Amino acid sequence: MVLFWFSVLAFSILLYVLLDGFDLGVGILFGLSRDEYRRREMMASVAPVWDGNETWLIVSGVVLWGAFPIVYATLFSAFYLPLIFMLAGLILRGVAFEFRENARRLRIVWGLAFCGGSVLAAFMQGVMVGALVEGLPVVHGDYAGSDFSWLSPFAVLCGVGLCLGYSLLGACWLVRKCGGETQAWAYRLIAGLSVALGLLLAVVFVLALALNPRVMDRWLERPYLFVFPLIGVVAAIVLALGVRRRRVRAPGYAAAVTFIAAFATFAITFWPYMVPFSITVDQAAAPHASLAFMFWGEGLFVLPLMLIYTIVGYRVFRADGMNSSQY
Amino acid sequence: MDALALLLSRLQFAFTISFHIIFPSFTIGVAAWLTVLEALHVATGRPLYRQVFDFWLKIFGVAFGLGVVTGIVMAFQFGTNWSALSRLTGPIQGPLLSYETFTAFYLEASFFGILLFGRSRVSPWFYLLSTGIVALGTMLSSFWIMANNSWMQWPVGYVVQDGVFVPSDWHKILFSPVLWVRFPHMLFASFITGAFCVAATGAWYVLRSEFGPEGRLMLRMGLYLAAVLVPLQLFFGHLTGDYVHDYQPTKFAAIEGRWHDEQPASEVLIAIPDAAHEANRFAISVPVLGSVIGSLSLHSKEVGLTDFPRDQRPPVAIPFFSFRIMVGCGLILLFIAWFGTYLARKGRLEQNRVLLWLTFLSFPLPFIATLMGWFTAEVGRQPWTIFGVLRTAQAVTPTLTARSAFISLTVFCTIYGLIFVFGTLFIYRLLRAGPADRLVLPAPWPRAYRALPVLDPSLVVRE
Repeated sequence: MVLFWFSVLAFSILLYVLLDGFDLGVGILFGLSRDEYRRREMMASVAPVWDGNETWLIVSGVVLWGAFPIVYATLFSAFYLPLIFMLAGLILRGVAFEFRENARRLRIVWGLAFCGGSVLAAFMQGVMVGALVEGLPVVHGDYAGSDFSWLSPFAVLCGVGLCLGYSLLGACWLVRKCGGETQAWAYRLIAGLSVALGLLLAVVFVLALALNPRVMDRWLERPYLFVFPLIGVVAAIVLALGVRRRRVRAPGYAAAVTFIAAFATFAITFWPYMVPFSITVDQAAAPHASLAFMFWGEGLFVLPLMLIYTIVGYRVFRADGMNSSQY
Repeated sequence: MDALALLLSRLQFAFTISFHIIFPSFTIGVAAWLTVLEALHVATGRPLYRQVFDFWLKIFGVAFGLGVVTGIVMAFQFGTNWSALSRLTGPIQGPLLSYETFTAFYLEASFFGILLFGRSRVSPWFYLLSTGIVALGTMLSSFWIMANNSWMQWPVGYVVQDGVFVPSDWHKILFSPVLWVRFPHMLFASFITGAFCVAATGAWYVLRSEFGPEGRLMLRMGLYLAAVLVPLQLFFGHLTGDYVHDYQPTKFAAIEGRWHDEQPASEVLIAIPDAAHEANRFAISVPVLGSVIGSLSLHSKEVGLTDFPRDQRPPVAIPFFSFRIMVGCGLILLFIAWFGTYLARKGRLEQNRVLLWLTFLSFPLPFIATLMGWFTAEVGRQPWTIFGVLRTAQAVTPTLTARSAFISLTVFCTIYGLIFVFGTLFIYRLLRAGPADRLVLPAPWPRAYRALPVLDPSLVVRE
């Protein structure tokens, strides 16, 4: 039961990262373009799906609370400010979809809100992951740091890294959904972004090993972990080939595999800890009565339905390189 | 624990949840109203129902979107500001709220898509079914929220192990009598909110002599529904009062403004409660009525606040006044609904401009009543978060600093203020533009809509 809910949690977080990743990425890239037509094209490409993507964040949040209340309480209170900023970013970019379209004089403001909100949300998510890798001060299951303990150079680096990563996903999405100039522009972006991201990931990886000796121990204990960065490298090569041959779908899949590899590296390095080196999965799990209550309804029935719905939703909008004015 | 951080957290929770509840209470009502319209449309085939349906679907979409973005905050706030609570009661509250997310999101998201895109692709019966399922989703959502809140009001079905609240009997939690009184009370509040928003919009069009058939339909249906719903609501309000009387005597005494035991008890109609002197100033009260309301008896003894130690009493002024404002709003709405229905039956409704104006201006009242009801329930529960077992001061995040809480409160106030202004403006434009079919011009740009593809920008009249 504990393992089931841990898998559900890991899966919903991964799904969130991949799905909201590309639409946050499109939001970040939005800031790089001045062309109004292209900007609208970008916004329209994610407009049908962004809110569905964000529901996975809520799903992750409530599953975490229901199944692992101790982690929910510790992490969310430790990351008070980053979470608040992330939420602020998500709200701003979410309402920008509607408000920008209806604004005339304030269009600049809502464009800024869309891009700024996306950057803020992505950056804060990266920062939190970084702070988690570095190690949170937790004493007897309680967070023992201060307001700004999470703000370290390493965490900031991770924040920038995630912005780049999401932008890469976003660019791959644009390649797939847009045509003409926007597509060509996105191909150019992918090249630059993937090189920058690759370098940054390498630096982050080395730093993580150097900063946290227990991370180093883990990798020495579990050499099979090296499989995942390897998968990442292979995916990067596929990505490069895909871009060179101007493939429409390959870059997106390759970028997603890179993310999955990074996510798996992260999860398996720290297993069985949920908050690295202080709270394990078993310590954090809610009592059996809670997990079973969740399992027999939402776990067994609703979750599969939600997945089917997500897949169907994407199939409806699957047309590649569609002219976005068509819907 | 920082006392200022606690105060700021309470303010923040009150602010964000009050802001949030505005949208769901509206969308639950409108979803049910859309189902009624679509059923009438299928049954009679009249295009008028269809036109009014399409119009309200747009407004539903906007309010639904705002409800979602403000709802995300709620899912996080328990952990950020109330980590002690989430840790101790997580095994019970977490699963309840996760069911809310799973059931409501799934039903609403999937079938809302059919409402928006599927009219031409599915059979009319299936379309009606989808409308009903969306409405069911909004109701289920409020069921889980009420289940969670009712457990906080009257905790049952749990055992405490190592200080943590562990569920021992989900059946008791889900079939708590408190829940099954409060859930209908909240549902009817939402239905009435929907009915009055519809009636007010109709009255507005009739006053402007625009959109005649649609306006008259909205006005009549809104008033008729309200004429049935408001008395039902008063009845469930009474039952809710009974549970408070039996289970939460401190809250009941605060609502009644009763400081000392009385037998038979009088009913304070209006007064200014004075906590320092444990008495009311400028009180107007009716003898014996307090016993009648409290226990349906002419000589029952009703308890006063001084029976309880000071540190177990809620603040009196907020529940006392918010309860009276709620009841006042309810009575005004009852008058408008019944008088309007009477005039409509006599065929004089559209000539009576006073009632039309009253109906038009009444739309904020259900919102105010809902908010005031929640203020009564939540402030009256103080000083407890879980009534009788966990104090609010023990529920707050122990490491939270006033500085962090201040930053977050400022952030939320700013952003919600912004959303509120623009969201209201947006809905106002839609309402003013009215339900008529306008020529949809091809947009010169790719349209960045999905959140609301129904909202064709060319339908929105601009200044």
